[in-house]
Amino acid sequence: MTALLEIDGLTKRFGGVTAVDACSFTVPAGSVTALVGPNGSGKTTAFNLITGYARADAGAVRFDGAAVRRPDPIRLARSGLTRTFQQARIFPDLTLVENMVAALQQPWTSVFTRAVRRPERERALELLDEFGIARLADERAGNLSYGQKKLLEFAAVLMGDPRLVLLDEPTAGVNPVLVDQIEERIRELNARGLTFLVVEHNMNLVMRLCDPVVVLAQGTKLAEGRPDEVRNDPRVLDAYLGG
Amino acid sequence: MHQVIQAVILGLLIGGVYALMASGLTLVFGIMRVINVAQGALVILAAYLSYALFSHAHVDPFLSVLIVTPAMFVLGVLVQIVFVRSLRGDDAEELSLLVTWALALGIEGVLSVIFKTTYRATSPSYADKTLTVFGYQVQFVRLMAFVGSAALLLVLSLLLTRTKFGRAVRATVQNPTAATLLGVDANRVQTLSFGLGVSMAAAAGAVYGVIYPFNPGSHYDLISRLLSIVVLGGLGSLGGAVVAALVMGVTEAVVAVEWQPTWASFSYFIVLIVVLLIRPQGIFGVRERAL
Amino acid sequence: MTRNGLLRGGAFVAAGIAFPLLFNAAWLVNIGILTLMYAALAVSWNLFSGFTGYITLGQVAFFGLGAYSLGITFEHFGIGSGYNPFYVLPIVGACVAFASLPVAWIALRTRAMTFAIVTLTLLFIVQQLAFNLHSLTHGSSGLMLPTPTTFGVDNYDRPFYYAMLGLVLLALLICWGILRSKLGLMLLSIREDEEKARGLGIRVTGTKLVAWWLHVFVTAMVGGVWAYYLTFIYPESSVDPLVMIGAVLMTFLGGRGTLWGPVVGALVLVPAQQYMLIHLGGSQLYLVGYAAVFMVVLLVLPRGIIPSIRDGVVRTRERQRTRGGAAKAAV
Repeated sequence: MTALLEIDGLTKRFGGVTAVDACSFTVPAGSVTALVGPNGSGKTTAFNLITGYARADAGAVRFDGAAVRRPDPIRLARSGLTRTFQQARIFPDLTLVENMVAALQQPWTSVFTRAVRRPERERALELLDEFGIARLADERAGNLSYGQKKLLEFAAVLMGDPRLVLLDEPTAGVNPVLVDQIEERIRELNARGLTFLVVEHNMNLVMRLCDPVVVLAQGTKLAEGRPDEVRNDPRVLDAYLGG
Repeated sequence: MHQVIQAVILGLLIGGVYALMASGLTLVFGIMRVINVAQGALVILAAYLSYALFSHAHVDPFLSVLIVTPAMFVLGVLVQIVFVRSLRGDDAEELSLLVTWALALGIEGVLSVIFKTTYRATSPSYADKTLTVFGYQVQFVRLMAFVGSAALLLVLSLLLTRTKFGRAVRATVQNPTAATLLGVDANRVQTLSFGLGVSMAAAAGAVYGVIYPFNPGSHYDLISRLLSIVVLGGLGSLGGAVVAALVMGVTEAVVAVEWQPTWASFSYFIVLIVVLLIRPQGIFGVRERAL
Repeated sequence: MTRNGLLRGGAFVAAGIAFPLLFNAAWLVNIGILTLMYAALAVSWNLFSGFTGYITLGQVAFFGLGAYSLGITFEHFGIGSGYNPFYVLPIVGACVAFASLPVAWIALRTRAMTFAIVTLTLLFIVQQLAFNLHSLTHGSSGLMLPTPTTFGVDNYDRPFYYAMLGLVLLALLICWGILRSKLGLMLLSIREDEEKARGLGIRVTGTKLVAWWLHVFVTAMVGGVWAYYLTFIYPESSVDPLVMIGAVLMTFLGGRGTLWGPVVGALVLVPAQQYMLIHLGGSQLYLVGYAAVFMVVLLVLPRGIIPSIRDGVVRTRERQRTRGGAAKAAV
């Protein structure tokens, strides 16, 4: 499998603390790669570095074979690499449909066109329907429950037709029914060719869904491989149970 | 060359006084994310108080600092409690900008009613005394103003590093939530710091009136300088404010002698814009975490 | 456009056109002109700051630039008198707006609070330029514009009144257009969560610059009309912090981010301001009164009239609905 995303020697220090320490791994094209590790192992920081929300002190990121020099969220999103946030971030004062359409990457020429054009609305409704929240299409997004906000954020990043989606704890704090729904969505989208990199604490879900699994501890990669390999790796058990 | 060095000396002396005013502004911002646009008006208010003490009770302007500063501290505490503390919500920061601007207008209005709009200056007998050091002329009052400001800045930094209150303040600057969890009374810290910030303006103001003539409208000129000083230094950075104030003082003084006095303050604005082009967070500012 | 929107717009236009025909006392028309001027400034301030969440305190710098640009154009290009200068306005507005982009770009690289301060320093920079560029602006002695002789004496103020009215309508139209366009959607998402917007690939800086350009475009034209109306401008009056704070105050009073809020704010505050100026102007008590009004608005009505009314309406409706529901349940 070719690598869609290659991380090489990524490093980030905050004062005296090295949050991410010479971390290297790859996300194969077409995979659902998991990034797991105990709390504070640098998963979210790694996400921020990859998506350009924080500047790395060292290391290189290659997306789709091309080096990403100064990672910038806007450019990355427009080239097909997008993310969600641990605490779902949506635009609370906009409606669901508006949230979806705002996530469409517009060319400058359409800046003065109608906010929500008919085909855009239809596309948004279609996606919202897949996520089971189409009936709320014209509600204020701020009125959604926490889990629904997560669904909306997930659905919205798909509007831009990304090739790689980074999900930061997609099922944290979400009820079991929604967890199943999110899992199903990831599977289906993955079957259609979308690649995922997922930070997740729900190990059962990770073992069912993800391959390969990358384990971080204290900012460095501890293990990388198939779920069953990683699960039986003594170092991994150590990191989770020992510490 | 002689002229340039003379200008640099002059600029540093003035910069010291501005550093004192700006330190209060940046301290308050660091603690409560409030830009006190009234800082300039408070400086002018203190200048008038000192002027009144001098002309009616013959109190020496440098001694009047001891009266004006505590009085203005109380005023600052009241202002914080009445106007600033009640601001809540997402845009409390922006609202505070406008509330303190309104406060500045109010102070300007009251001062204009009482003192009219003619220019005043506090002129003690030694106002025109000049010292000559290594062939460079140094006005006595400016030297005194500089020394006084430097001393007060030293006291401020000792207060922040050596006392319990200072530790609470620094904890609040770094992480307000954590500080509250550790038992810091955030409201109290904010109120006292606002008072402290205003006292800095007050001390500097009493001195300002000796160096420059002023009228109630002078606060616009002051606040434009103070704001650009704290932005250049990096909002919330005390050291940055001091350095930026000295940079401003020197830039203005050198441009004034080498080119034209009318372009002096303009030149400093240019420095500000150029620095922001390279470092949007200011010289000593910390880049705000994106998340 | 909704029926209510059309009705509201139509009523405003009709009242605006009719006002100087019904009341042709010069002082009334003068207050009308000032009201419309502030309305145009407030609407265009809202166009940038209300929609992006970035508070600019430098708008009046571009008002002043517009005023001086028109004045200087008079002196050096002989644009004639009468109605001709009005036709030059869009060019003046566009030029000032383009010229402001580099500075805006630098300022927009800073975070929100720094942005407010940097724009405030723009105000002082432009004022200084007006003082110092003596050969262009005549410094503190001020710049004279030719008095239009063709307007007649009786209704001299009317062309200026209608020019200001036109600018208010233009600003409102731009805002209305933005609110229903992609640009509006992008601006609102930036206001709500700029970092998230970046993550979605919204070109935040460019989007903000488009809104910036539009707000300066209108502001500079307002400055031009004002200069032509007064025929005499000087640095303190054309770049006046009080005008700036007035426009901001009106927007806050009416409601930020709403279409009609700034107009409502101007309609309430400008006549009040003129009243205070006449009765308290001699003494500086005027400033104190102004500051007091300002404080009350910010501390009591920080969200503004229109959003507060809207909330009230929604709440009443909900109460009625629940009461209706309860009644039905009881039956």
